[in-house]
Amino acid sequence: MAVLMEVKNLVTRFYTQEGIVYAVNDVSYNLQEGETLGIVGESGSGKSVHALSIMGLIPSPPGKVEGGEVIFRGRDLLKLKSEEMRLVRGAEVAMIFQDPMTSLNPVLTVGTQITEALKLHLGMSSSAANARAAELLDMVGIPDASKRLDNYPHQFSGGMRQRVMIAMALSCNPKLLIADEPTTALDVTIQAQIIELVKRLRDELRMAMIWITHDLGVVAGLADTIQVMYGGRIVERGPVKEVFSDPRHPYTLGLLKSLPRLDQNRKSSKLIQIEGAPPDMRYLPQGCSFAVRCPYKKDKCEVERPPLETIREAEGQHLGACWVDVREGEPQRG
Amino acid sequence: MVSPTSNPAAVKTDAQGREAILQVRNLKKYFPILSGIVFQRQVGAVKAVDDISFDVYKGETLGLVGESGCGKSTTGRTILQLYKPTSGSVQFEGRELSTLPNEELRRMRKRMQIIFQDPFASLNPRMTVGAIISEPLVIHRMYSNKREQQEYVENLMERVGLNPFYINRYPHEFSGGQRQRVGIARALALKPTFIVADEPISALDVSIQAQVINLLADLQQELNLTYLFIAHDLSMVRHICDRVAVMYLGKIVELGPTDEVYENPLHPYTQALLSAVPIPDPMAESKRQRIILTGDVPSPARPPIGCNFNTRCPVHFELCHHDPDPPLLEVEPGRWVACHRVSEI
Repeated sequence: MAVLMEVKNLVTRFYTQEGIVYAVNDVSYNLQEGETLGIVGESGSGKSVHALSIMGLIPSPPGKVEGGEVIFRGRDLLKLKSEEMRLVRGAEVAMIFQDPMTSLNPVLTVGTQITEALKLHLGMSSSAANARAAELLDMVGIPDASKRLDNYPHQFSGGMRQRVMIAMALSCNPKLLIADEPTTALDVTIQAQIIELVKRLRDELRMAMIWITHDLGVVAGLADTIQVMYGGRIVERGPVKEVFSDPRHPYTLGLLKSLPRLDQNRKSSKLIQIEGAPPDMRYLPQGCSFAVRCPYKKDKCEVERPPLETIREAEGQHLGACWVDVREGEPQRG
Repeated sequence: MVSPTSNPAAVKTDAQGREAILQVRNLKKYFPILSGIVFQRQVGAVKAVDDISFDVYKGETLGLVGESGCGKSTTGRTILQLYKPTSGSVQFEGRELSTLPNEELRRMRKRMQIIFQDPFASLNPRMTVGAIISEPLVIHRMYSNKREQQEYVENLMERVGLNPFYINRYPHEFSGGQRQRVGIARALALKPTFIVADEPISALDVSIQAQVINLLADLQQELNLTYLFIAHDLSMVRHICDRVAVMYLGKIVELGPTDEVYENPLHPYTQALLSAVPIPDPMAESKRQRIILTGDVPSPARPPIGCNFNTRCPVHFELCHHDPDPPLLEVEPGRWVACHRVSEI
């Protein structure tokens, strides 16, 4: 497989009245063609901001992509002029968001919104675009597709709106689909429908996907590679099966241990909890940003930031950013 | 065991001798749909809660699950009489709440409290945390001595994991998890026996959820609390609930001990719902068979004729499309299901 996108040393900050928010701090990774990358993190971990940075959608001011490169099929997306970027966005890289109601224009019919991209990027005529739009709605499982083109977004349910968003995103056969918590606002039975749909379309269209979520369960069933973010950095990354069965960063380990499982009886009345709260992104510590919450913490962790290094080279690289080997167990504290 | 639909007042204990602290019988809450600007008239009703009956036993946690709009939050609020029921009965510690005069209801409220979902919206931003937690104490005139009251609030804060040093700070100075602790302290202030926890963790970050759940479990043991735990996170419900009731479009479709329902769901909706929940384990995920439901939940203003689930049910047949809808029946001891096909499943 060939590399589709290379993200190098991406840095994004927000200059707010309350101070500088260090949202994305030196994020680097490669995405292969056809690969599905699941990015997991809590609110403020930088997972969404990093995606918006790639798409050139950071509101500026207050935000600014301050450094790094995003090499997508040979070009650095961060260096493109806004008109050039507009031709990439939607055509080669498409994005869907958490809330389909705020991402669709409420005063335009769904048909108008889908055909807009077809006319702009593919130069289709109105009638050809309409026919293609009906095809797309049909592809994402909206019944009576050609009639529903004349409907407005409010006439669709939440799940159906997300299907419309997916149809729009896929209208120009993008090479990469970035999905930012697309099922978080949906009920679990509708989430299952959408994930099933996206899996089928991904395989049919052979596109790469970045799926951003806080739900480790969704990533487990969908992604090839998982990337865990904390404090605006990647703290662990690797093939999904390996990271879930052999997590090496204390944060990943803590998250997996704290989650109750649908398929398991309760063993004890207590969950294993991670202490403390996520960091204030304005005042990130000098060392590892997880150190204050980490049960494995050593003195070094508070002073020196651990680099993202290879832990194991198996069927894919397993990387981690931690000074400690969690397999040695938690240190005893008095 | 007596059927919850047949004899409302008789049951106080069940076969295992558990005492029912709360008995809900044929509870309905309809919200009117009004039309017209000046002269409004009712043109329909949203049947948010449509004829549900269940017991909550002393010291247990009953989970109330279902998707958005199924009526689970309305159920919790109607039980506490925050909404006036359209009809039906709610007995709490042997007293009928729905007909209680306001003054007596207020006194009963000391014994039943609620924790809200959104710790950002449910705390007054202009009150200090100390004032928020002590407000129920002031309303019910629990303390005449200011210092004793403050001492009690500080103890309470400590108990829920907040530093009493922050008693004079405002909600915006706290994180989401800490704010939820403030909400819990406020609910505990009057030493209630029964707490409705309305999605208490769904607004919190994943790493914070376990902290709040552990706190709720500790408090339950220590104070012998009874919880009605309203949630849509089915994995968390399995962890903390003794029994679970599954709601769909205003009705309870299945009710039973949590492990039994999760291991052997009987209602086709419960089966689909549980199969849709992702499990954080790639090996388990690759082996799972999902039941993907088609379509969306119908509007509670226009529920289908017959069984509410018939528009999406994979095993529906003719009977399901006729009234009356299937009643909630006890098919095994403690296991209740509302489905015409339950004998075949």
